Amino acid sequence: MLSPAILVPAVLNGLMTGAVYALISLGLTLIYGVLHIINFAHGALLTAAMFTAFFAYKVLGLDPYLAAVPLTVLFFALGYALQRFVIGPAGHGDDRNILLVTLGLAIVIENALLVAFRGDTRTINLPYAFDVIAVGTAFLAVPRVIAFAVVILVALALWLFMRRTDTGKAIRAVAKEKLGAELSGIDVGHIYAVTFGLGTACVAVAACLLMPTYYVNPTTGNAFVLIAFTIVVLGGMGSVAGALVAGLFVGVVESLSGLYLGESLGQIGIFVMFILVLLFRPSGLFGERV
Amino acid sequence: MRALASIAVVVALLAAVPLVTASNVVLNFLVVALLTALVGQGWNLLGGYGGQYSFGHAAFFGTGAYATAILQVRYGVNAWLGFAVGIAAGAAVGAIIGALSFRSGLKGSYFALVTLAFAEVLRIIASVAPITGAGVGTLIKLDLRPEALQFQSRVPFYWIILGLVAVSLVIVRMIEDSRFGAYLVALRENEDSAKALGVNTTLIKLGAMTVSAAIAAAGGCFYAQYFLFIDAGIAYGPWISIEALLAPIVGGAGTVFGPLLGALVVKTLGEATKLVAGDAPGLDLVIYGCVLILIVAFAPSGIAGLLLKARQRFAALKSLRPEQPHG
Repeated sequence: MLSPAILVPAVLNGLMTGAVYALISLGLTLIYGVLHIINFAHGALLTAAMFTAFFAYKVLGLDPYLAAVPLTVLFFALGYALQRFVIGPAGHGDDRNILLVTLGLAIVIENALLVAFRGDTRTINLPYAFDVIAVGTAFLAVPRVIAFAVVILVALALWLFMRRTDTGKAIRAVAKEKLGAELSGIDVGHIYAVTFGLGTACVAVAACLLMPTYYVNPTTGNAFVLIAFTIVVLGGMGSVAGALVAGLFVGVVESLSGLYLGESLGQIGIFVMFILVLLFRPSGLFGERV
Repeated sequence: MRALASIAVVVALLAAVPLVTASNVVLNFLVVALLTALVGQGWNLLGGYGGQYSFGHAAFFGTGAYATAILQVRYGVNAWLGFAVGIAAGAAVGAIIGALSFRSGLKGSYFALVTLAFAEVLRIIASVAPITGAGVGTLIKLDLRPEALQFQSRVPFYWIILGLVAVSLVIVRMIEDSRFGAYLVALRENEDSAKALGVNTTLIKLGAMTVSAAIAAAGGCFYAQYFLFIDAGIAYGPWISIEALLAPIVGGAGTVFGPLLGALVVKTLGEATKLVAGDAPGLDLVIYGCVLILIVAFAPSGIAGLLLKARQRFAALKSLRPEQPHG
């Protein structure tokens, strides 16, 4: 059972899946790091993005990888608007209220999709969906390799954005010291909305990376976002690097536990890990104290 | 005593409904609304009074429902006994989750997350474990005798759920007037201050969570008896966690009548939606989600808060009036 011929492909595939998890978690952790709220609508936004990618292909014939570009812009705008015009004003700056508003958004988005498209599961068929490339003894699906590469690129771009641009610096300033940032003339409401937009844009990219090999129905996003919660907590709430490492780690754990325990038990494994981390190390494996 | 009088009046009014109408539609609507009010009252004690927002009250509701059903179906236990055990089982789950999370100091977003995760774990386990009937669910055998807690007509069910709601109202009212209740509100307002004044906040939260879970579990037990069928998606599904928090928040979190008021309003809205737009799955939840956002945005203290504000304004107007001629 422990022969490298089985282990290596499992680990590699886990890393590929983990990369997409990491991207979804990146959005979540970014929002938490700056706004200090858990965005419970993250999963519903992922589902919405997957539906958009689905229809972009079905109606416009747009390949999901190409659709990623307009979708990123679209979902950035959507996230920006949600924070600026819904979550911000409705939350009155109270954490409990903000929690409820994001939960309300999740309920609305998920069920509006259910009303519009029923519970049917949809997939798209792409000619390259089943192509594989051989890496040593392992065969890797091409869409997963692409996903892995894109995630690394997005993470790098995000890192550069945070380091090099004025907006990125402002975001980091607001995350560190909101009042101080405000006093030095940073428009905190705008920065909050930009951050929320960036987090939502991450989800749009992830949706386009998932669509070639995955299915979509109105609850698809929930499965991913619970894993993303795990990753965000594991990586330390608000830590971008932590989310990346924890995302890859969880991907591998899932792949291995799926191999040895079976699919549904593998899922429980993630949750048990999540609860244990929340209970005993809520600051995460890499994070600072809560 | 005056505190309990208002509860007596409300319950007596509701109890008279079956004497006025025999319509099954009306009774069924009220049973479901009262069920939501009951589970919402559970949430209200922990969330409304204690400020600990749980996103996973399904964990307790589902445990009560499954305990009642499984004890009857698999072990031939009497339904009434099963009902009682179900409540105890729900309370136990609440105590365990509460002990684990409050000891680790989880609050705010973290507490919401961990309760959500526990409900999800239980849902996944229930959807694969053989004892719960896995994906098929558990069907309680039809046995229309009062001894088996099943009845020909809906009226006895209505009185039972009303009785449960009445008990929950009294419990919450008594807690509100007690030292325990004062501590609970104190730690909601400022946990550090409460701690500094010598309140054992962990213990108080744990107590609130256990009672809260027991009330929610009673709702689950009743659900199993009333519908005679449960599966993982019903028992541990997110819908009940959502309704549990929606009712008190709409009605007024941290008030005795908030959950009942909220449940009636929310369920009326749900039914109205169905009448207008047909029975599309998910449509009522879209409305609920919008209501949740609107309430938080424009009336954070719920309908009870709006009523209170209106009354204060009215009183202020009244006290102004006699002075006007002199001025």
